[in-house]
Amino acid sequence: MNIPEEKQKEMLWTMLLSRRFEDELAELCKIEGKIPGMTILSTGQEAVGSGACAALAPEDVIISNHRSHNHLLAKGADPNALMAEIYCKRTGCNKGKSGTLHLAVPEVNAPCTSTVVGAGPPIAVGQAFAQQYKGEQRVTVCFFGDGAAAEGSVHEAMNLAALWRLPVIFICENNVYAGAQRYEEHAPNPSMADRATAYAMPGEAVDGNDALAVYQAVRDARERALAGEGPSLIECKTYRCRGHGEADPQHYQPKEEICAWQEKCPIPRLRDDLLSQGLITPEEVRDMEARAEAVVKEAVRFAEDSPFPNPEEALEDVLVA
Amino acid sequence: MQKLGMGQAINQALREEMRRDPNVFIAGEGVGVSIHLNPMFPTHGLLEEFGPKRVKDTPVSEAAIAGLAVGAAEAGLRPVVEIMFNPFFTLASDMIVNHAAKLRYLSGGKSTFPLVVRMKSGAGIGAGCQHSHNLEAWVAHCPGLKVVMPATAADAKGLLKSAIRDDNPVIFIEHMGLYFAPMPVPEGEYLTPIGKAEVKRPGTDVTVVTWSGMLGVAMAAAEKLAQEGVEVEIVDLRTLVPLDKEAILASVAKTGRLVVLHEATRTGGFGGEVAAVVMEEGFNLLKAPLRRVTGPDIPVPASPPLERFYIPGDDQLIAAIKEIL
Ligand SMILES: Cc1ncc(C[n+]2csc(CCOP(=O)(O)OP(=O)(O)O)c2C)c(N)n1
Repeated sequence: MNIPEEKQKEMLWTMLLSRRFEDELAELCKIEGKIPGMTILSTGQEAVGSGACAALAPEDVIISNHRSHNHLLAKGADPNALMAEIYCKRTGCNKGKSGTLHLAVPEVNAPCTSTVVGAGPPIAVGQAFAQQYKGEQRVTVCFFGDGAAAEGSVHEAMNLAALWRLPVIFICENNVYAGAQRYEEHAPNPSMADRATAYAMPGEAVDGNDALAVYQAVRDARERALAGEGPSLIECKTYRCRGHGEADPQHYQPKEEICAWQEKCPIPRLRDDLLSQGLITPEEVRDMEARAEAVVKEAVRFAEDSPFPNPEEALEDVLVA
Repeated sequence: MQKLGMGQAINQALREEMRRDPNVFIAGEGVGVSIHLNPMFPTHGLLEEFGPKRVKDTPVSEAAIAGLAVGAAEAGLRPVVEIMFNPFFTLASDMIVNHAAKLRYLSGGKSTFPLVVRMKSGAGIGAGCQHSHNLEAWVAHCPGLKVVMPATAADAKGLLKSAIRDDNPVIFIEHMGLYFAPMPVPEGEYLTPIGKAEVKRPGTDVTVVTWSGMLGVAMAAAEKLAQEGVEVEIVDLRTLVPLDKEAILASVAKTGRLVVLHEATRTGGFGGEVAAVVMEEGFNLLKAPLRRVTGPDIPVPASPPLERFYIPGDDQLIAAIKEIL
C-alpha cells in the first residue's frame, strides 16, 4: 500500500490519544458542573480525522465541526490548551470564549470549528480560494457529517469549489446518524459519494474505520488538488458509537448495532495490522498507550489548575483594536 | 390549576390545536424522534399521538423547513415549524424575511401565510454564541411578521394557540431557561391575544418594560427594591410586534420613570425601539432620563463566569433604577 511506516504509527498514536482524551471527557462530564455546555465525542470515528490529518502537511488547513476533538488532536493541537478550553478556563486555546463547541486552533492551521451544521464547507472554499489566489502549495480539508449534507450551504460550496477548481477535500463523515435520525431517514440516496457526480468532481466512499484507507484517499485527493485538478469528495463510512452528545440516552439506536460496530473499532484494527506486519512491537504499543495516558493526565491537571477568566474579559476580542 | 414548565405548556398548545384543526402540522429537526426523551420538551409525545403525516422530522435543512412553512401555508395548511436554536434562524432567514414576510404584500393582499416559526433562544446553557444569540430585533425589524416572546408558561400556551389561529406569519421565540420550572397554566381552551402586554407586577415608582427570560430578573429586582420602599411596575410585552404602545405609555404615565430590560445585546436591540416610542409619544411623562439594561455588545461566551457577565442580572437592574429615582 506504500504508506510510510512513521505515518502509520502517527495514525495509531493520534487515534489512541484522541480516544483516551475523549474517554476522560466522558467521565468528567458526569461530574455536575465540571464541563460546561454540551459534550460531543467522536468515539469510534477516530480513523477519519487521524487518517486524513496524517495525509496532510502542517501547512494544510482543516475546517471542523461540532464533533471536532479527534480532528484537532490529529492536526497537532496542544492537548493542554484544548482541555483547558473545554473546561472553559482562561488558558484554553480560545480563552474560554469557545468552550468545547467552537475550538479554533489557527496555530496548527485549524482556524475554524463551526457548530452551525453545514457552515464548514463554504468557509473551506474561502480558505482554498486564498490558497489558490496566493499560488500556495496547500490544500483545505473540510470535515462535515452526513446530516450536514442536507444543508444548502454544502451544495453551494461544492459547486463553487468544483467550478473554480479549488484545492478543497470535502470529507463527509457518515456515522449513520444525524441527531436521532438514521441516514435513510434524512437522505434518499444511500451514497453520499455520489453527490460528487453532480459537481463533476471525484467522489469516493471509503471504510471510515480503516485509517489507512482514509489516509490513502486523502493523499490522492491532495495530490489532485495540488496539481490544480480541483476538489474531491470522500465519504468515510463509520459509526457514532456514543450518543449525539453525552446527554443523549441513545434510545433510538439499536444496542446490537452499537455492539457490532464496537467490534469494528478502528484502533485495534490498525494496531493489529501494524503488529502483524512487524511494523510495531507490543512494547511500542504499550509505550504509546502509556504516553496517551500521561498526556491526558497532564492536560486534565493543567485544565484543573488553570483559573477561569475574569468576567470583564468577556468584553475582549470582539473587534481588532 | 395545573403547573407546567413552559415546554409542557407549549406541548399542550400544540396538542390542542392539532386536535382542533387537521390542517395544523409540525415540522423540524427532531420534533418527532428526538435525542431528548424529555417530557419537559415542547414536541414530546406528539408523533405518538398524531403520527408521521402530521409530525414531520426533517433533515438538517433550515431553509427548506422555513420554505415548507411558506409554501404549505399559502396552499391552505397551518404549519408550525421549529428552528432548533435562534441563531440557526440565519439559515432560514431568506424564507422568513424575504418570503413569509413579503409575499402577502407582493400579492396585493390576495394570499395569506398562516404559519408559525418556533425558535429556542436564550443564554445560560453554556453552549456559546452559536447556540445562544437573541435575534428578536432582527425579526421585529422586518414588516410582515408578528413576533411573540412569552415569559410565563400560561402566556406561552395562550399565545401559541393564538399564533396558530392567526392568519399571519408569527415568529414565536421560546426561552429555554423557562422550560423546566413549573408555573400555573389554565387547562383547556385558553387564548392570549397577540399584541397585548401585561402588567406582571403593579407599582408606582418606576416602570420596567421587559419580555421573555428577563421577567424573572425584573421580578427579583422588584422584590428587593420593595424592601427599600421602591415600588416597581413590571410590564411584560409578551409580543414585540405588534407593540402594545398604550400599555407602555400608560405605565410610564403612572410612574414617570422607565427602564427597559432585555437579554439581547444593546446596539440595535428592541429596547431602543421601546425607548424611542416613549421619547416620541411620552416625553412629557418622564420625570427622569430612561435607561436600558441589556446584554453587552459581545457574542455570548461559553465560559461560565463570562456567560454570567453577559446575562443581565437583578443587581444591574437595581443600579439602573436607582440612578433615575
Ligand atoms: C444549522 C444547524 N442546525 C441544527 C443544528 C443542531 N445539530 C447539531 S449536530 C446536528 C446533527 C448533525 O448531524 P451530522 O452532520 O451527521 O453530524 P454528526 O453529529 O453525526 O457528527 C444537529 C441537527 C446545528 N448545530 N446547526
